[in-house]
Amino acid sequence: MTTTPATTPATSPGRTERVGSSEAAVVDVRDVRRTFGSTVALDGVSLTVEPGQLVGLLGPNGAGKTTLLSLLSGLRRPDSGTVRIFGGDPRDPASRASLGTTPQETGLPEPLRVSEVVDLVSRHFPDPMPAGELLERFGLGDLTRRQTGSLSGGQKRRLAVALALVGRPQLVLLDEPTTGLDVEARHELWTALRSFHSDGATVLVTSHYLEEIEALAERVVVVGQGRILADDSLSRVLATVARRKVLVRLPDPAAAQALSTALPTVSDPASEGDRFAFLAADADELVRHLVRTDTPFSDLEVRGASLEEAFITLTKESR
Amino acid sequence: MTTTTPTPTPALSPLTEGRLVRDVRLTLAHFRAQLLEMIRTPVAVIGNLLFPSIALLFFVVPQAAIAGDPVLATAATAQLSAFAIASTCMFTFGLGVAEDREKPFMPFLRTLPVGAVPPLAGRVLNGIMWSFIALIPLALVGGLLTEATLSWGRLVPALAAVVGIATPFTLLGLAIGYSMSTKAAIAVVQVTMFPLAFAGGMFMPPEIFPRWLDLISTFTPTRGARELFVSATTGAPLAGVFVAVLVGWTVVFAALTTIAYRRDEGRNYR
Repeated sequence: MTTTPATTPATSPGRTERVGSSEAAVVDVRDVRRTFGSTVALDGVSLTVEPGQLVGLLGPNGAGKTTLLSLLSGLRRPDSGTVRIFGGDPRDPASRASLGTTPQETGLPEPLRVSEVVDLVSRHFPDPMPAGELLERFGLGDLTRRQTGSLSGGQKRRLAVALALVGRPQLVLLDEPTTGLDVEARHELWTALRSFHSDGATVLVTSHYLEEIEALAERVVVVGQGRILADDSLSRVLATVARRKVLVRLPDPAAAQALSTALPTVSDPASEGDRFAFLAADADELVRHLVRTDTPFSDLEVRGASLEEAFITLTKESR
Repeated sequence: MTTTTPTPTPALSPLTEGRLVRDVRLTLAHFRAQLLEMIRTPVAVIGNLLFPSIALLFFVVPQAAIAGDPVLATAATAQLSAFAIASTCMFTFGLGVAEDREKPFMPFLRTLPVGAVPPLAGRVLNGIMWSFIALIPLALVGGLLTEATLSWGRLVPALAAVVGIATPFTLLGLAIGYSMSTKAAIAVVQVTMFPLAFAGGMFMPPEIFPRWLDLISTFTPTRGARELFVSATTGAPLAGVFVAVLVGWTVVFAALTTIAYRRDEGRNYR
């Protein structure tokens, strides 16, 4: 297996040291690397999650979030490094006794009725939630006799999340839980998840929507290009990720480069039309600098940078 | 029923409930869900069900020498029945599993606290179930249009033989389905099934085979299946070598299926 006792001093103390002082980590990932052919999906990722945390995994598509979840749920093995949930290998079914996951892309067996799918899943757990109570909680109480193929996208998504909670799990992995939902349905699902978390469960949720992470997570882990770029409280990650995009016409490229050199929090200039574009942590400072240095500028425009744009700067900074 | 479930695999670490009890319970849960799913979309299975009866209708019924002789007609119906079981199991499960692996629900089921045995054993039970159904049209054509007969005393051996044949061929189908994409699985199942069926004497009785072909035939799983079913329905003596070969293949296919299941990481790569 991938358990490499060669690195004993680094791998095992995480569990032994904490005995007595506090509870063991629910998730313990160390130096994990995973490739698919020539693509490096995860490149030296380490992550520890303590009981009761609600962690948001934020990153653009293809960053490695889904691969990380597939390692935690035992679907795949890492090429190197160790993955532990509740102190055990997730490839071992016994380690997954308190794990809840959702089917991806709302993939449910279309000919089966809602109640039949819930029944199949709940039989795997020693103390499952009663189907009626669970479905009621997700607003699916009237649909138990319906075949899953006849559900709307939002209903399928809610059922998928409900399936993650059937077994009263202590660790829930949710991959893009609200993709494709309308605003109202999204908010309802968030409320359900928060109430579940307040019962004491540990939740790991991936998203490429900043809004979703803001609504749910206390701790945010930013993943990009297979690595962890930031791991901090929600407010501090927001501050790092929140960038402004400044577009401005300057006399020549040298002036643009000079601006970026003078201000450390301003990115290198990029040409956009006949203007230069900068990503800045503090757009006001950039404008003040332009005025102070008497740089002739025109067509100034300041707007919020998209999350994707912010990720690009984070990725560059971490190099 | 429990004797039909394969018993491969070294012990996984035990869960708190008695492992065997839990595995049997979960096997039945997976069997039930898979069965419901297939019953409600039966189109895929129907095609496979009809081919052997049509073969019987065109190739056996018009030949008075065979159709009119109770022993020959029963043997002819029996060897096509063995083919019906083998092909139903291989096509339905070989291709069915390959298709299921490309959908997201299968990977989800693998994240549940369950090992390889219950989902696989559930499919083997389904293979047995569909094999019984596959034999109904053959029994009708053989019983009504030829002199083929099945005495009450031969019913139980015949039903047991269905289990003995359906198990290895479902496992072979699963091993293929868990190892490759749907497109590749279609090709592999076809390329394996028909030569095996021919070599195993499912289309032409092995009595007319040349010696070299008869020797090869003896070691195919299809020949074992054919001899088992002909013997079970006609009461003809059954050579031990055929039973041994069929059991041997069952063990091999169970091992291959378990390995393929464990190695499988689904089709979505990211």
